[in-house]
Amino acid sequence: MRKKNKIKIIVNGKQMTVNLKYSLKNLIDKLKLPIKKIAIELNRQIVDKKRIGKIILKSGDKIEIVNFIGGG
Amino acid sequence: MKKKDQFIVGKKKFSSRLIVGTGKYKNMSECAKAIKISGADIVTVAVRRVNISDKSKPLLMDYIDPKKITYLPNTAGCFTSDEALRTLRLAREIGGWKLVKLEVLGDKKTLFPDAIETLKSTEILTKEGFKVMVYCNDDPLMAKRLENVGACAIMPLAAPIGSGLGIQNTINLKIIRHQTKLPLIVDAGIGQASDAAVAMELGCDGVLINTAIAKAKKPYDMAEAMKFAVIAGRKSFLSGRIQPNLLGSASTTNKGLI
Repeated sequence: MRKKNKIKIIVNGKQMTVNLKYSLKNLIDKLKLPIKKIAIELNRQIVDKKRIGKIILKSGDKIEIVNFIGGG
Repeated sequence: MKKKDQFIVGKKKFSSRLIVGTGKYKNMSECAKAIKISGADIVTVAVRRVNISDKSKPLLMDYIDPKKITYLPNTAGCFTSDEALRTLRLAREIGGWKLVKLEVLGDKKTLFPDAIETLKSTEILTKEGFKVMVYCNDDPLMAKRLENVGACAIMPLAAPIGSGLGIQNTINLKIIRHQTKLPLIVDAGIGQASDAAVAMELGCDGVLINTAIAKAKKPYDMAEAMKFAVIAGRKSFLSGRIQPNLLGSASTTNKGLI
């Protein structure tokens, strides 16, 4: 049976299922990511981190979350 | 009063002329310790996906405090202007970084930069308010073009990235030095401390080193060697070297010789 209250999104290339009306902030909180150390893209658009509570995810959204790692 | 020899990039003053990359170390604590020993106050960092499946992995920022050390986000691994722009816009979003290192590669084997894509990206990023330090080939004409579109520092390679071959074309570096007042930083190819000293003696404003420290058998000792090489090379450059002579010139007077 198809779950009507769930949607599928892609986070860093991996599929995830979240509840309807799930905000980007809900996702960041769920992943326990430190907001000051990351940047977020939603469907190739950079997201203003102050606004993530207002952004409600839609089915098929592609989210990229990046941080700094060692590099030359 | 004697004017202090200052290293200024993008209107910011730095105390060390050695910039260190944070890649290729065994682990983050080794990286952090090597940076401390090197005395560097700018480190390059890369932008990559957060590991969402293994959140126990340590974060770079937990080891190297961006409040104490200037993070210089780079575009390592980018082969097109679009990729590089996307990467640096994200880097800026992480925490307001505007001083960035642009590197758009053109060839996977040599890791030589793609001059056209690099030039295009430099212009766009500068217009967006970034201060762009640009990795480029040691080509004086391209260096001039990069300067004309707003680069805040010219960073020519000495040899391919990670090769450790040392400075292959001192003449080109000298020519670039003569034509620009922008900070000139040798970006790639340093293998040992003497290479860093030579770069500084050519009049470069700084050097960027990653592999030569991270992959040395004793990274901490090499970090220290590079620190002193950069200081020594700079002092030597500023001291006004003697004219080289083909023949000998005795250091001791013959007066009073028995």
